[in-house]
Order: sequence, then structure tokens, then C-alpha cells
Amino acid sequence: MSITLSEKDNGYKEGFAGFEKTAPGSNLAWLKSMRQEAITKFLELGFPTQQNEDWRFTNVAPIARSSFDILVNGHDKVSASHLTPYQFEGEDVCELVFINSRYSKELSTLSKLPEGVIVKNLAEAIDSQEDILKENLAKYAEFKDEAFTALNTAFMEDGGFIYIPKGTIVEKPIHLLFISTKGENPSITNPRNLIIVEDNCQANIIEHYVSLEDNVYLSNVVTEMVVGENSSVGHYLIELESKKAFNISTLRIQQARSSNIRSHSVLLGGSLVRNNIHPVLAGEGCNSLINGLYMSTHRQHMDNYMKVEHVSPHCDSRQLYNGVLDGRSRGVFHGRIIVHEDAQKTDAKQTNRNLLLSDHAQVDTKPQLEIYADDVKCTHGATIGQIDENALFYLRSRGISKEASRDIILNAFTNETLKSMTLDSVKNYCTDLIADWFKQRELAQKN
Amino acid sequence: MLEIKNLHVNVEDQEILKGLNLKVNKGEVHSIMGPNGSGKSTLAQVLAGRDSYKITEGEIIFEGKDLLKLSPEDRACEGIFMAFQYPVEIPGVANTYLLREALNSIRKYHGEEPLKHIEFAKFAKEKMKVMDMEDNLLKRAVNEGFSGGEKKRNEIFQMQILEPKLAILDETDSGLDIDALKIVADGVNALGSPERAFVIITHYQRILDYIVPDFVHVLVDGKIVKSGGKELALELEKKGYGWIEEEKTAANS
Repeated sequence: MSITLSEKDNGYKEGFAGFEKTAPGSNLAWLKSMRQEAITKFLELGFPTQQNEDWRFTNVAPIARSSFDILVNGHDKVSASHLTPYQFEGEDVCELVFINSRYSKELSTLSKLPEGVIVKNLAEAIDSQEDILKENLAKYAEFKDEAFTALNTAFMEDGGFIYIPKGTIVEKPIHLLFISTKGENPSITNPRNLIIVEDNCQANIIEHYVSLEDNVYLSNVVTEMVVGENSSVGHYLIELESKKAFNISTLRIQQARSSNIRSHSVLLGGSLVRNNIHPVLAGEGCNSLINGLYMSTHRQHMDNYMKVEHVSPHCDSRQLYNGVLDGRSRGVFHGRIIVHEDAQKTDAKQTNRNLLLSDHAQVDTKPQLEIYADDVKCTHGATIGQIDENALFYLRSRGISKEASRDIILNAFTNETLKSMTLDSVKNYCTDLIADWFKQRELAQKN
Repeated sequence: MLEIKNLHVNVEDQEILKGLNLKVNKGEVHSIMGPNGSGKSTLAQVLAGRDSYKITEGEIIFEGKDLLKLSPEDRACEGIFMAFQYPVEIPGVANTYLLREALNSIRKYHGEEPLKHIEFAKFAKEKMKVMDMEDNLLKRAVNEGFSGGEKKRNEIFQMQILEPKLAILDETDSGLDIDALKIVADGVNALGSPERAFVIITHYQRILDYIVPDFVHVLVDGKIVKSGGKELALELEKKGYGWIEEEKTAANS
């Protein structure tokens, strides 16, 4: 039986009642009450409107007025050959594949990992790793005032579960590949990822969202990543979904003392995309690098909402988000930095640059610094502009053709956010995606 | 090599160059001097092919070709190089990358094979020595975070790499201290050849102590009003531009 969620006729409430009975872990009291709390919260909050300052530039009415099916099948539509375009050349990865947010054992590749490392799907972890889940799940991604997180928490079924015990270096990147297929009606998935990295570890994790077909659906993702003391973690988010899809994604990172994280987002797909990145630098001496690239065209809308929380002293955060906007697309960068009272000697820097390729594209950029400590360094800067004609002329005057000069400038702009990626295979993959984006643009202009 | 005939140029409907004539032969060094706003930089930009300038009359022949019909990149490939008065910063593009792309574009234009990385690196290294530049300037983004002197030196370094037939230096000497000025002058002199010509646009006579011009032209109000040898530069240094302007007014009345 399929479940349909809609704001009409109490659809979410009734849908939940049906869902809850058969959801993974429905027998666990703590999980059951968490889900119930979340649905109550969601029903109370409703979808955010633009009156809400955090959603001022993004109208989610198209999501609110849709009705979505929870797809239960689609696995038969996907075979190994479908995965190839989304894999990283020359990289030996540990790969979990999800179809419509449900785990596919057949398509996943669980290669050998260091002892004690657990990589599996969340639905299974609910049974086998209940203690870890109970201690961490929904403990970081607040849903009290976040409707989409509440919705995800209520309806979560599956996603990636990664546990890396103390002192472990995981050389192989862990790839979480989410593939959506087309149902009869618009559908919803609520991928939920939990990543626990203990002290003195190293790991790289890639979240990757793609569509097999060009259809309407909502990916409502929540990832919690808990990083232990002195650990170093790279996180990659690649958003390549159908140009009709809605993607709301929240990455909540909790950092312990002297930990180091690098978050890279590359957003190319989706019609309405909201990318929430929320690291909390909870221990002393943390480092966070939060980089992203959004490239939109046609009527795509891409909203990046950063909330970087400095809680302890001597932490550094660096944000660099670049946007390339074409057509009638719209970009948003809302960069909050919150420096709590005890977070002395904070060094926080935020940069957002935008390149408009069309007269009809639009960007809203909004820095927001909230500083409650008195000995801190916080800087922010934002630019919006077209291709620099002076730079173009300079390159041409050196003998480089107009087209090549333009490409050099555009690539320099997009590469700026990619060059800090430490996984070359992923960097190359993204570079190819970007090259393809420009190629498509060129073709569209010729026609 | 270069012949400019009766050149009239407008910028935003205002006439800046008003019938400029200039002939430059192979192996010659010409200096163009003049007060602010006389049209010196306009001339440099027009030669390099900047399209915000409108040529209303006249022609420019370079090596038998109608220069005004060529795109900026084709002019560079034909052998024209302009050292910018204000070199542009290009974040994210390494200096070495720009130079290899430029050099290989020019080679391709002439039907030559592109230089391989290692060949280029070797070639660039030799030129770096002439310009007394540090290796890291090659790896850094074009002009980004460079000091004023480094930017100018980088322009001449680019010229060294691209080995143009005609180099136009647009106030490359302005704002340089004497050490940087000497390095820039050495870089220019090192390229001196009977096959190559230089047009040195400057506000000050000082650089001409190090790069000896064959001809000095004085540009006032969009026209060359006086030409002479090196001694003209010295006279200008002593007396300023006032007397030439007066002379011109007298001649007109």
C-alpha cells in the first residue's frame, strides 16, 4: 500500500499514522516516541513561509501545495550500469546505493574496511547498532524549529550509517549514492544519514544525489556527522538531481576538540534546492572549511544557508561559496556566523562570490554575524558581477582567443572552490560536471 | 613595421586622438611623451585592440596588414605586445598557465607545435633570471597580490616569454623605484634586436636614461606636435610640457 503525503485533508498526519506502523524500528519505544514528537512538531510548524527570516529568499509553496507518495519500489528499474556515470574513476570506494532512499544490497559494494569500522544502511543499524543510534540519532539535528528536519525525523526510513572507532584511518572514501526513479505521482524520500567518527580518525564521505529520470520529487535529507577529538573528516555533497526535483538537505556537524572538517558542496541539479550546512565547533581548536559551488540555469533556485557556530575558543572557520547563475535562475547565500560568549580567539572568515551570466539571473547574499565574545576576528565579503571585461581583454591581448579566455576565467572561478578538495577522483568528477555544464550552455546558445 | 595615419579616436563621443601620425621601423625605439590626458594610453589601448575605443578616421598598418581589422588575440599572434599601465589581476589563473596558453596560442597561429610543460618550464626559468623574479611568482595567480613593482616586472617578463615584434610599454616606468626601473629596463634591453621595435609611452624622462630611444615624440591634445631625438626628452624634463603647448598655440594663431 502506498502512502501519500499532502497538506490537504490532514494528509501528513494520516500518512504518518500509516507509515509509523511498518517503519523500520517501529517496535522500539524511543524511536517511536521520537518520530511522534517530530510529526507533532512538523504539524505545528507547517512548511516555512517567507515571513520566516531564514526563508526570506526561498518560497517553498511549490512543495507545500504538492502531494507526494512514499515510494516503496523502483529497485527493479536500476541496474549496475546505471551507476557507472556516478562513480569516481580510479577510486576504490566503499559504496552504499539507495534507490528512492531504500538500501539496495545488490548494487552496493561493501569492500573491506579497517577493523571495527561499520558501514551499513540505517534501517539495518536500527536493529544491530541500537545503542549507538539511541545515543546519537536526532541529538544534533534539531527539529524543534526546523520543519523539514522534523518531517525527515518523522518519516526517516533508511540512509547511510557509518561508525569509525577510535584511532582508525579509513583510506577508502565512503560513497553514499542516492538514486531516484520515477513513480506514478510525485514522490518523497527522507534519507537520513548518521556518521559517527570517534577520536583520532580520518575519513572521507561522499553524499551523492542523482535522478534516473526527469521527474518531480522531494528529497528531504538530514545528515548528522559527529566528529571526535583530533579527527579529520572530508565531507562531499554532490547534488545532481532532476531539474524538476526539490532538494532540501541539512548537514549538521558536531566537532570535538582539535577536529578538522572539510565540507564541500557542489550543487548542479534540482529545481528548488536548499543546502543547509550547520557545523558546531564545540571543542577548542577546531578547524572547519566550508566550501561550495552552485551553478544554476533556467528557473532553478539554489539557496545556501550556512550556520557556523563557534562555541569554544581558538577555532577557525573558513567559508567560500561561489555561484554561477544563468538563465532566469536565482541564487541565495545566507551566511550566519554565531560566536558564543566563550569562543574567544575565534577566527572566522566568509566569502561569497557570484558570477551572473545572464541579465535575468538574480542573487541574494546575506551575511549575518552574531558575536557574543569580545576577542574575535570575523570577516565577510560578498561580490556579484559579470565576467570581468578587463581580465578578458588582458588574456586576449596575450594571444588567447576570446572563447578560450572566457573559459579560463570561468574555470578559475569554479575551481576556486574545488581546489581544496583532497580527493582527486571526486575533484576530477566535479571538474567534468562543470565542463559539461558549460558545454550544455554553449549548445543551448547556439540553438 | 608600423604606420599610423591620421588616426582619430573617440571615447564616449569625445575625441581623444585627433589625427595622429607615426611611423615605426624595425629595430627602432620610439618614445612617446606627453602630459596627462594627451591620449598616450588611448594610443596604446587602440594598438592592442580594446573595443571601447571608436576609430572614426585613419588607419593603422602593421607589417602590411590592416591592424584595425584584427581581433586583440590576432594582433598578439601577429607580434604586438602591450605592457599594461594597470596590469589586471586574474584570481585563480596561475601566471605560468597564462603564459603557456598564450605562447602556445601564438605558436599555433604560426603553425608551430605547442611547447611541452617541461620545455616551457626551462624556457621560463631562463627568462626569470633576466627579470630577477622569484619562482613563486610563476605559480601565483596572475598579478593577484603583487606589489606595483612586481606587476610591472611581470608585464616585462610576459614580453620576454612572448618575444613580440612590436612592444608597446604603457607607462611601465610609472611608480617604480630605481632598482625596479633598472630591472624593467634590462628586461627591455635584453630583447633589443634589429628585428624588433619598441614604443615606450612615458610621462617621465627617467626611463630613457636606461633605454635609449632613437626618436622622441611629444603628444599633446591628441596629436604629435613635436618629434626629435633623445635630447628632446631632456629638454622636456627641464622645461616641462608648457613651452610646447605654447609653441603650438602660437603656431595655430
